[in-house]
Amino acid sequence: MTEPRDKEHWAAHVEHLAAEGLPEGVRSDTVAGRRLMSPLQGFGQMWQKTYRIPVPGHTPEEVIATWKAEYGRFWPTYNKFYAPIAGIKPGEVGLIKGASGPVRLSTGVMVLYADDVSFTYMTPQGHPFAGWITFSADEEDGVTHAQASALIRANDPLYELGFMFGGNRQEDRMWQHTLRSLAEYLGAPCEVATTKIKVDRKRQWRQFGNIRHNSAIRTMLRRGTGGK
Amino acid sequence: MDTATNSFATRSVAPDVTVIDIVGEVTSASEAVLTDAHSRAGDSKIVVLNFSELDFMNSSGIGLLVTMLIRAKRNNQTMRACGLSDHYRQILSLTRLDEAIAVFETEDAAIAA
Repeated sequence: MTEPRDKEHWAAHVEHLAAEGLPEGVRSDTVAGRRLMSPLQGFGQMWQKTYRIPVPGHTPEEVIATWKAEYGRFWPTYNKFYAPIAGIKPGEVGLIKGASGPVRLSTGVMVLYADDVSFTYMTPQGHPFAGWITFSADEEDGVTHAQASALIRANDPLYELGFMFGGNRQEDRMWQHTLRSLAEYLGAPCEVATTKIKVDRKRQWRQFGNIRHNSAIRTMLRRGTGGK
Repeated sequence: MDTATNSFATRSVAPDVTVIDIVGEVTSASEAVLTDAHSRAGDSKIVVLNFSELDFMNSSGIGLLVTMLIRAKRNNQTMRACGLSDHYRQILSLTRLDEAIAVFETEDAAIAA
């Protein structure tokens, strides 16, 4: 039997995340030991959100190589991404310190899939969203486009409330900023096209208990007890 | 852009059971053919995805399976999978899709379950 062509691009199976190979001094306790969450295990309504920008003058491979190498550089300053030391490779874990208004949180993502023209992060328990976001580049009418496409639902009822009251727009702004920054870095300042589809209107009340992993609550409690 | 298989065949194998043969690649370029195949399954109560001829799937492909599963739930359909190699079985487990799609070794087992 021949090896599947995609085998090297996928992360190996894990039950629980191990956060290793991270920069020194970075806390990983809101990620280590957590399970991954697909959009099927989340609580809120399911969304497919796609942000797309032209990046003329570069191949898709060049765009993705730059995006992988400089990933955190393109984020807004209120969020920080701690890339794995080994780089954005299948199975590696990156950590996130973020802010949503007055709420701060520490969480992370695992690289689910990576090849020359795309890479995908999957979220763990406690992250605001259950699901994955794929960063890719392709050619459309002879012009390379960079794209971020998320298939997500809020992980728990608190995050869903936040998503309804401003979080949805804040997430749009974050990825629009990211794509604009990437395009500017590559010398192609353009505007971002955004499409949003509500894939599933239903909330999954049986997943209410996801709230016990909520990283914003845990981060707040840790800060309240003197942790950083 | 990704290349895509032109179509995925559908077979009605028992009352209320339709099999969709997933052949070749499942990527973002497969959205139309996968949606078309699912539409051809019509009102079948059980849809079996036979992956025995699958030879490439990326993360966008997994996303398509999720959206297909949501459509199936909306239509009160049950989705099952068969013919998965160890590799693709692990991917369904890693992405936790196997918690929503029952996985069987063979098509006969998926139909009979």
